[in-house]
Order: sequence, then C-alpha cells, then structure tokens
Amino acid sequence: MTTVREFGRAGTGLLDVAAIREDFPILSRTVRDGRPLVYLDSGATSQKPRQVLDAEREFYERHNAAVHRGAHQLAEEATDAYEAARETIARFIGADAGEVVFTKNATEGVNLVAYALSNSATADEELRRFQVGPGDEVVVTEMEHHANLVPWQQLCQRTGATLRWFPVTGEGRLDLSDLGDLVNERTKVVAFSHQSNVLGTVNPVRPLVERAREVGALTVLDACQSVPHMPVDVSDLGVDFLVFSGHKMLGPNGIGVLWGRRELLEAIPPFITGGSMIGVVHMEYSTWADPPQRFEAGVPMAPQAVGLAAACDYLSEVGMDRVAGHEHALTEYALERVGAVEGVRIVGPTEAVDRGGAVSFVVDDIHPHDLGQVLDDRGVEVRVGHHCAWPLHRKLGIVATTRASFYLYNTPEDVDALVEAIRAAQQFFGTRP
Amino acid sequence: MQLDAMYQEIILDHYRNPHHKGLRDPHNAEAHHINPTCGDEVTLRVALTPAEGADVLDDGAVVSDVSYDGMGCSISQASTSVLTDLLIGRTVAEGMATLDAFTELMQSKGKGEPDEDVLEDAVAFVGVSKYPARIKCALLGWMAWKDAVSQSLEKETV
Repeated sequence: MTTVREFGRAGTGLLDVAAIREDFPILSRTVRDGRPLVYLDSGATSQKPRQVLDAEREFYERHNAAVHRGAHQLAEEATDAYEAARETIARFIGADAGEVVFTKNATEGVNLVAYALSNSATADEELRRFQVGPGDEVVVTEMEHHANLVPWQQLCQRTGATLRWFPVTGEGRLDLSDLGDLVNERTKVVAFSHQSNVLGTVNPVRPLVERAREVGALTVLDACQSVPHMPVDVSDLGVDFLVFSGHKMLGPNGIGVLWGRRELLEAIPPFITGGSMIGVVHMEYSTWADPPQRFEAGVPMAPQAVGLAAACDYLSEVGMDRVAGHEHALTEYALERVGAVEGVRIVGPTEAVDRGGAVSFVVDDIHPHDLGQVLDDRGVEVRVGHHCAWPLHRKLGIVATTRASFYLYNTPEDVDALVEAIRAAQQFFGTRP
Repeated sequence: MQLDAMYQEIILDHYRNPHHKGLRDPHNAEAHHINPTCGDEVTLRVALTPAEGADVLDDGAVVSDVSYDGMGCSISQASTSVLTDLLIGRTVAEGMATLDAFTELMQSKGKGEPDEDVLEDAVAFVGVSKYPARIKCALLGWMAWKDAVSQSLEKETV
C-alpha cells in the first residue's frame, strides 16, 4: 500500500470504511438504472482492491515468465516473485512456505487430499498407511459446502469406505454429542468447515482435532470462510490440512491454497501429475519432486500468487483482528435489524457468538429468487439459493435461503439498505402492508 | 424500476392461484426436473390420447392432461401454470411448436415480440428474458413437459 493509514472508528469496532472503499473502484459504480451498488455477496467472492490488481499487472508488465523453468533473467524474477508470494501467504496463516501448496481453488485442495488418499493404493509401500478402503470411515458434517462433501463421497465410492457425518442442530450448530462414536478407530479422515458459508457458524476445531488425534484420523479444515475474515494460525488449530480460496479474500481468481503438515505432504502421493512435479522421468516410470512442487503440476499461476500475496499484505496492514471486529459489529447489527423485520427468520445462530458475517434468512411467502430480484432492482446484491449446501437446506426443511455476507468494505448503511429492500419486496408481493 | 415489467400481474396471478396444480392419474409419463442452481423442482405428468384413427401415440396425439406439483419461485411456478392452460387439449406437435415459441421468447433478451395467438398468457414472460439467471426458472416446467412427452412416445415405440 502506498500510504500508512489509521483504520477504524474508536469504540465501535468498525473500520474507517470510507478510506478502505477508495481502494475498491468497483464499489463506487452503479447498477440497474443508476442505483448505488450495495455489495453483500463477499461470501461468494470478494471485490479486489487496486493494490491487488496493480500487483498482478506489474508482474505481467515487468516480470512475466514461466516459473521454475529456464535460466533467463525474467524466469529468475518470476520464480522469485512466485516463491516470495508463497512466503507472504504462509506467514499470513502462521505456516512455513514449504507447507503451502498452490491450487486452483479450495475445491481443488480438498480433491487433492481425497485423491492422494485413494492414490495411496498405487504408491510406494511407505505411503500405504494413508490408504482408505472397505471398513474405513470418512466423517464430514451436514453443514458442509459441496466442495467439502462431494470429494469425500467420491473417495468413499472409489474405495468402498463409509461416509458418516455430524448432524446440525436446529440452531445451526454442530451436534457433537456422538463425537466419540462418529469418530472412532475406523475413522481415516475428519473433514469439516471452520465457518459455515450459510449459517455463519464458527465450528469448534479443538474437540474435533483432539478426538481425531486419539484415533489417528487425519483432519481437513475448510477455511474458505475463516481465513478471509478472522486471524487464522495453523499451528493453533492443530489440523493436518487446511484449504482456502484466494478470490474470497481480496485476491485473484484461479488461486487457492492447500496447507498441510510437512511430514504429511512429504508422505502423500501426487494428485495431478505432469511437468514441474517430477524428480526424474524415464519412459517406464517417474519419481516425484518434494512438496510443495510435487502438487503443482504444470506452469503455475504466478501472477495470481503475487496478487494473493498483495491481498494478504492489504489485510495484514488493516489487521485481521480488526477485520474480524468490524464484521462482528456488522453481523450483530444485521442480526438485530434483519431479524426484527416482521415475517423474516434468520437461518443460523441469531446471536453473534462463535459466528461470522454470513447472514442467511427466509422471508415468509416470498421465494428467495423473487426476493433477490427485488433487492437487485434496488442495487442490493445478495446470494439466493442453496449456496452449494443443499443437504444442509434439506436438513433445515428449506428449499433455499437469501444470504447477505459482509467484508471489511461494508457499512451499517449497507445493512440498512438491505432491510429497506426486504420491506420493499414484502410490499411489492403484497405479503406485508 | 423494471420489476413491474418482469412481474406482470398475469404472472403474479398464476403464482397465487395456479391452474391445474396437483398430480393426477391417469398419466403416460412423469418427469421430475430440478434447477441445480437453486434447488427448485417440479414433478410433471402428461396424459396423452392417440390421434383419431391412430392406435399408437405420435405427434398427432392429444395432450389430454398435464398435472404437476412443485416448489419454486413465482416465475417457475407461474410458468408451469401457464403451460397447462396452453397445452392441455393441443396435439403433441402443436405443443412442441408452442414450446419452441416460448423458448425463443426466453432467449430474446427482452426484445422478443411474441405472437399472442400462440403464447397467450405466456407473452407476459418477455420481461423475464432480460434476466439470464431467471430464464431457467421460466423453462423448468416446460423442459419437464418435453421430457414427459418424449418418454410417453418412447414407451409407445418399445
């Protein structure tokens, strides 16, 4: 960033959003016949500050080359930029650079682990301890995003293992009462989200990790909705793997991170194979590079890594604790204001305790698609549907919900606009006077 | 405010008071369609009567009933209700022609000039075609109808 600024309004927990919003050109545009944009869909993807766009552009304009190939100057500069980005991103989550694998997104990170586990069957003797098969169990939760559910279903289908899951309570919390039974000596993997993308619920990592360790199961944490919004330190969490996507944390699309404990990354076989990830290649067989390169086949997304590192720098300068504080204040305000609208029901915890800034709700007699249409007509952009968590919606007996999700550039006035728009929809469809 | 153009009164009327709703027998085939982006769904049954003088079901068969059940937004539910008004009593060939006209309208990006003689109440959906995300909603019931009719005709040829 070009200037050092003081962020925040004393005593409120809120950031000085006006200064931040200047860095996000898109937030000053209008939509649908000149309406100011009220962007409440950061849970799907965040907007990008100039600093991130500039970093990516500068890479292309000054240093572009295929990294880890070639001996020319540009290749050196590109490789340095890529590896420096890895260090910045690793620092952002309290990790060592050697434990950070770049993937296309978090979804690919989960698939990488799931496929590595089934590939263990064809790997060297020493890797077979990760093999999953009939009689083994994989445990997920009912609140998972499809990205942290379908790959595990598929792993079980490929290997004959059994998928089990933690139920969700009516309040939108994990029901851990059967923890001791669900996670047992047959369990190979426990995969769960840090923060639900629908309910906003922040799940308790510690009891799950402690139980998984007791039985020797691997833990995989979907941190897509936590790393962008709160301080996350992998060494505090104690999980074995953690994934997140760059585009949800002010970074570019097309880059995500799989963090894994070094000894595990060293032990598991690759998922996608090809160039860059090899040790030696013969016509008959190949060997693998050390991690993280083992998991980064093909020319990697260096400009996006540089952009994501710039996003980490941006967030670090603001301070992740202050980002979390800001969103906490917004969430409290939204739960109170949206929850107070007659005919509206919050889906998920109604108190801002162990809860992040994804606020989903249903409005009596108005389908979310229709509600979203009225909101959009007023410039209020939210997500409607099942938010890639179909089983969760089915469990809660709802076809779809409307979700407002916040980030560091949102304001209490955005929440006010949302509330007004919900009331306007109720008037338009004649469900409330 | 473009909402009024999209949610024409005809659409809201069909949504609040859907026509021919509820699953009925007899039926030749049933199709269950889901919009995977939002989870909206419709189950739709078709009953066909062979054309006069024909002993098998073909393009000339008459759509003697369309019944359905579903959950979804006003657009998907109203569109299915309008469909039943339009297609019950028509031949399969006429129904397919109406489907083509409706699909064309939905792809018109708000610029369609629908033939009211063909589409009747369905002309009200022209505003929906301006919103790409909603076109699937409008077509949900229609695709289920097409599927159920195809299944009915296939059964006949087996």
